[in-house]
Amino acid sequence: MSNLFDLLVAGLATGAIYALVAVGFTLLWQTSQTINFAQGEFVMLPAFLMLAAMHVGAPFWLAIILGILLSMILLGLAFKLLLVDPMMRHGVLPLAIATMALAIGIKEAVKQFFSAEASPFPSIVPTGDISILGHAVSLQSLGVLVVAILAVLGLTTLLNRTSLGHQMQAAAQNPTVARIIGVPVERMILLTFLINAFLVALASLLITPIYLAKFSSGEVLGQAAFIAAIVGGFNQVRGAIAGGLLIGVLDNLAATYVSTQYRAAVPMIFLIAVILFRPQGLLGRAEERTV
Amino acid sequence: MKSTLLVGALLTAMTATSALAQAIKLADVAELSGGGATVGTNWKNGIDLAIEEINAKGGVLGRKLEVTHADSQSNPGVARAQVQKALDAEPYVLLGPGYSGSVKVTAPLAAEAGIAQIMGGEAAELTQAGNKFLFRTSFGQQSSMPKVAKYIHDEMKAKTVAVVWVNNDFGRGGRDVVVKELDRLGSKVVADLSTEAGQADFAADVGKIKAANPDAVFVYLNEEESARILKELKRQGVTAPLMGETTLIGQKVIELAGDAANGARGHVGLTTDAPVDLIKAFREKFSKKYNYVPDHNGLKGYLAVYMVKATTEKMGKVDPKKFADTLHGLTIKAADEPGILMDVTFDQNGDIDRQSFLVEVVEGKQVVKQVLPKLK
Repeated sequence: MSNLFDLLVAGLATGAIYALVAVGFTLLWQTSQTINFAQGEFVMLPAFLMLAAMHVGAPFWLAIILGILLSMILLGLAFKLLLVDPMMRHGVLPLAIATMALAIGIKEAVKQFFSAEASPFPSIVPTGDISILGHAVSLQSLGVLVVAILAVLGLTTLLNRTSLGHQMQAAAQNPTVARIIGVPVERMILLTFLINAFLVALASLLITPIYLAKFSSGEVLGQAAFIAAIVGGFNQVRGAIAGGLLIGVLDNLAATYVSTQYRAAVPMIFLIAVILFRPQGLLGRAEERTV
Repeated sequence: MKSTLLVGALLTAMTATSALAQAIKLADVAELSGGGATVGTNWKNGIDLAIEEINAKGGVLGRKLEVTHADSQSNPGVARAQVQKALDAEPYVLLGPGYSGSVKVTAPLAAEAGIAQIMGGEAAELTQAGNKFLFRTSFGQQSSMPKVAKYIHDEMKAKTVAVVWVNNDFGRGGRDVVVKELDRLGSKVVADLSTEAGQADFAADVGKIKAANPDAVFVYLNEEESARILKELKRQGVTAPLMGETTLIGQKVIELAGDAANGARGHVGLTTDAPVDLIKAFREKFSKKYNYVPDHNGLKGYLAVYMVKATTEKMGKVDPKKFADTLHGLTIKAADEPGILMDVTFDQNGDIDRQSFLVEVVEGKQVVKQVLPKLK
């Protein structure tokens, strides 16, 4: 039983990170119909930016800030202006393929400039245990959970409680009408790209101490987050959060109770089941868009 | 004027080609990227260092050594294609790959071409297929695992053991031998966990170890995965002593796992921390040239080149056909060939006999606790 508790905590911690990445997926999809297949690489890159900052002598806290800022410039602003905007005119599919190319580009660039080998990455949470309900829970899992929950809470507050959030939602739901009533749609779309970049940088900071900084570490993450987003509902932020947590827990339970060899297959089978029986996702609504 | 230039250019070209014809060509195929990048990069650097040294002293039988490096991307399929390409250029000896799976699929190609292959793989089965051209640079699992099992049973006094292994040729080979040996000695395997190569998340596997509550844990994974599981073992507070092989306590693992590597123990065929003067000197030269401390794969690459040198000098000529025959049954003494670092004997299968070490990680450093002598 204590084993199950440990598994749930570990699964939720990993799932929370998947959720952050999956939320970014859905945000980009909702506001600009961008399916970002480079999302996993977007999580891998900020860790290397932070490592680079530390390499030139910055302390860890400064490296984190620099890494997040640089990520927002590169993976938010530059990504939108240089890749999404020019490709968007050609439709959703060419854009999706362009993001796949970007994923390969980022991976190879990191391999070239850093190294093909994994590097260690410091943790923002100290190692150690605390006792909850008689169970030893690692501070690292707990820290990951807390930071991820705070980020998600902050995001939902922004979206639901502020004028800015309402404008973003309006821009996402019906850009034409939003434009007529005076919402700066372009700026709102840019904002979602920046938020996505912030979320992936945060995910990078949380997951890299566990997974190690490696050029290929985005592959697994991107796939897990993509599945999470579809399972939860591609057009709902809360769906992506639920999907992320679910996939994290499912993955850990599958590894324990099914087999490590088939752990990767279980979320996939779950994904197929969702697509067959509830194509809009667990919490999603049926797609109204024509694109 | 023009014709003088032309003649000059032709002459230069001719001298260049004749110098090339003189050089002894080696081909290396290694894991320069992908999961085995640590292995392959160390191996390659070891080779380059040895060749630089040998050439600086006039080469082998007066001829310079030359090597081409190809990247297997840690993928057996790519390794096979690269080895085929390397063999087409008719090298004197083939070096690499380091991963057992890649060695397994490439060894038949080298054997068919009649070219000796000196590799880094440690899976037991590699030298048991009757291949007459394959040579190890380190212990095979059939030599190292019995020593490991004996240590777990005799010294750690473990009655119950959890065995974690990576589901590839290397992991499966080691797991089979160690489980058999533990069983024979009377230590019970209470958890037998297979994990995937490149696996990032070990929370579930460590959860299972915790649930089995063993007296000792035997960890047999590749370097990066070893680092990840060490961190997870620490994170979940597993206190049972950890035993492994070279891949659990290597330099790269210590660098990646940090504190979590402390206390882990491993049987090591080769270590740059060995209390052997020649190895200390090697470590110094390597660190100076590459700015980092090599792991055992750096030693393996270095030894591979000196195996070529010693065997060729024994033959007294550069003869790729006779190379394998000469190396079988050969004993190379460090007193005669310092580059070989420790006395070593090759048997008819290409397996080696050499002294080995028992190492523990203490405060981020490999500390040799015992020296286990050469068998014969």
